[in-house]
Amino acid sequence: MALTDEQKLEAYKTMMVIRRFEEKCAELYAAGDIGGFLHLYIGQEAIALATKYALRDDDNVITAYRDHGLAIARGLPVKNLMAEMLGKATGTSKGKGGSMHLADKEKRFWGGWAIVGGHLPLAAGLALADTYRGEDRVTLALMGDGATNIGYFHESLNMAAVWKLPVVWLVENNQYGMGTAVIRASAVSDIAKKAEAYGMPCCVQVDGMDLQALVDYLEEAAIYAREGKGSFFVEALTYRYRGHSMGDPERYRPVHEVEEKKLDDPISHLGSHLIEANLATTDDLQKISDEADQEIAEAVEFAKNSPFPEPGELYTDIYADSMGEVSR
Amino acid sequence: MTETKRISYREAISEALWEEMERDENVFIMGEEVGVWGGTYAVTRGFYDHFGEKRVRDTPIAEMVIVGAATGAAMNGLRPVAEIMTINFAFLALDAMINSAGVAHYMFGGQFSVPMVVRTTTGGGRQLGATHSRSPEPVFAHFPGLTVIAPSTPADAKGLLKAAIRSNDPVLFVEHSTLYQNRDEVPVGDYVLPIGKSDVKREGSDVTIVAYSKMVEYSLAAADILSKEGISAEVIDLRTLRPLDLDPVYESFKKTNRGVVVEEATPYYNVSGEVAARVQDVCFDWMDAPVKRVNALDVPLPYSRELEQMALPNPEKIVEAVKEIV
Repeated sequence: MALTDEQKLEAYKTMMVIRRFEEKCAELYAAGDIGGFLHLYIGQEAIALATKYALRDDDNVITAYRDHGLAIARGLPVKNLMAEMLGKATGTSKGKGGSMHLADKEKRFWGGWAIVGGHLPLAAGLALADTYRGEDRVTLALMGDGATNIGYFHESLNMAAVWKLPVVWLVENNQYGMGTAVIRASAVSDIAKKAEAYGMPCCVQVDGMDLQALVDYLEEAAIYAREGKGSFFVEALTYRYRGHSMGDPERYRPVHEVEEKKLDDPISHLGSHLIEANLATTDDLQKISDEADQEIAEAVEFAKNSPFPEPGELYTDIYADSMGEVSR
Repeated sequence: MTETKRISYREAISEALWEEMERDENVFIMGEEVGVWGGTYAVTRGFYDHFGEKRVRDTPIAEMVIVGAATGAAMNGLRPVAEIMTINFAFLALDAMINSAGVAHYMFGGQFSVPMVVRTTTGGGRQLGATHSRSPEPVFAHFPGLTVIAPSTPADAKGLLKAAIRSNDPVLFVEHSTLYQNRDEVPVGDYVLPIGKSDVKREGSDVTIVAYSKMVEYSLAAADILSKEGISAEVIDLRTLRPLDLDPVYESFKKTNRGVVVEEATPYYNVSGEVAARVQDVCFDWMDAPVKRVNALDVPLPYSRELEQMALPNPEKIVEAVKEIV
């Protein structure tokens, strides 16, 4: 599906919001307003947007801890996401999840999960439930390249293949699992070979900086899964400009590598295309950037003005059923 | 009067599963050899033919994805009953249980729930060696977010398994592999017990014996021996390890002033230590003697029959422990 002009402009705006959100998070982390771990998505934005256009709104999406971009692309309110970053009661997980655990059940965004690979069997289960009820949803499971080395990956792909579950497995290969390059951690540097072992069709090393290409491949994968043929595997080659998380000394890659990769920027690519196709002027793009800044500033204000969770929240939602006093 | 019939622990569990699957289309079974084989302990014999492969799903031997996929299916509206062949294999699924199922509700601010049951078997005494004979329930009961149930009688097994399947939280349901043949009266039809209620299995006045699962059987045997010697033992079955209901234990201890906790797990960092600690905290003014513990010895279980039996608790060891404090 070729993206419409409106979709291209919308995608550009959303990618800009993601980037500004992430830059602001880095600032707030340095200022001590955000704690814990913080994994930024800068450089990978096109992938989040591609999932939006390749999937239906009622499809399932689940991912790992580098989840801000996907949450925004999925339509979670930016102000509530920022509130979650700050641990506020108005956050998407009431301030009890944090950066790595964003979710919105209504939007079928099943989380941000922080044990590498731990969410992959959950994706199989989400898909199983839909199939069980005869619903034709697709489940999209995103993961980093590092997750393809863990047992969860292999058990989940195997079960999904045996049971022909409608899952699109999408690897965001940003070249490093924390600080260890793919070639130093994976027996095969061509990650898709692992999925081929489970007999599923694969798209190998799709350009993760090219929104339209990503949409095309993911759409093919989603159609395959929705038609009941089983799982499909897509590997997108991408790059994160920031460290693995905020405390990353970045001794594993040379500065010039990062600078070179920044020239292959997904937002710049789309911006150039918008100008060449006469869909926007340089001024228009500047305006979009300014509006993104404004939206993030308002989100920060909302988050800062929101209350922290009440102490009683410590004990709420441990169990869905009330167990009374005996649970203490 | 409730109508009852005399059936085995195995039949009671099977009946609970069958009735819940008939009652609710969203309940399904998945696990190793649960379908065509009929379950390695024969609990699901006949299910595959009756309910079909959609609802009785044989899985690969892959515990991480069994529990992880059951978690995802539960989050998305089903009520999976996943079977892990023995609790020794559940270590492989521990991350899925505690870092996925056990926190899904809390970590996302109550948005998701995980109405999943993981059924498994526990216990030693069958010469299965160190890796297949453990009783590590306390490991799982350590984590808030999980519910851990370990019934000792056929009726409790039926009533608590039905409750577990209807619970909206992840439950580890632990069956003892040497209790499957035990027979007793079990209510016919829809019999559901509350989760998190201990049960006085025998009343007595001289000493309180607290146990769960197989150790309830041994404690009752010990109480029989003790009664012949004029010692009246009260036996309390915890039935649920998390949430842990100690009110009946405190009540009993305040009457007997003496207690023994019996558990098949090895002796350190476990249920017996937890119960003893809480009893001394709550009942300090009623204590006439230290709370004694009877556990397996602190060793991996060996294969050789005599050695294995030496390592496990038995009624005689319980009697001995009681006599130290009465």
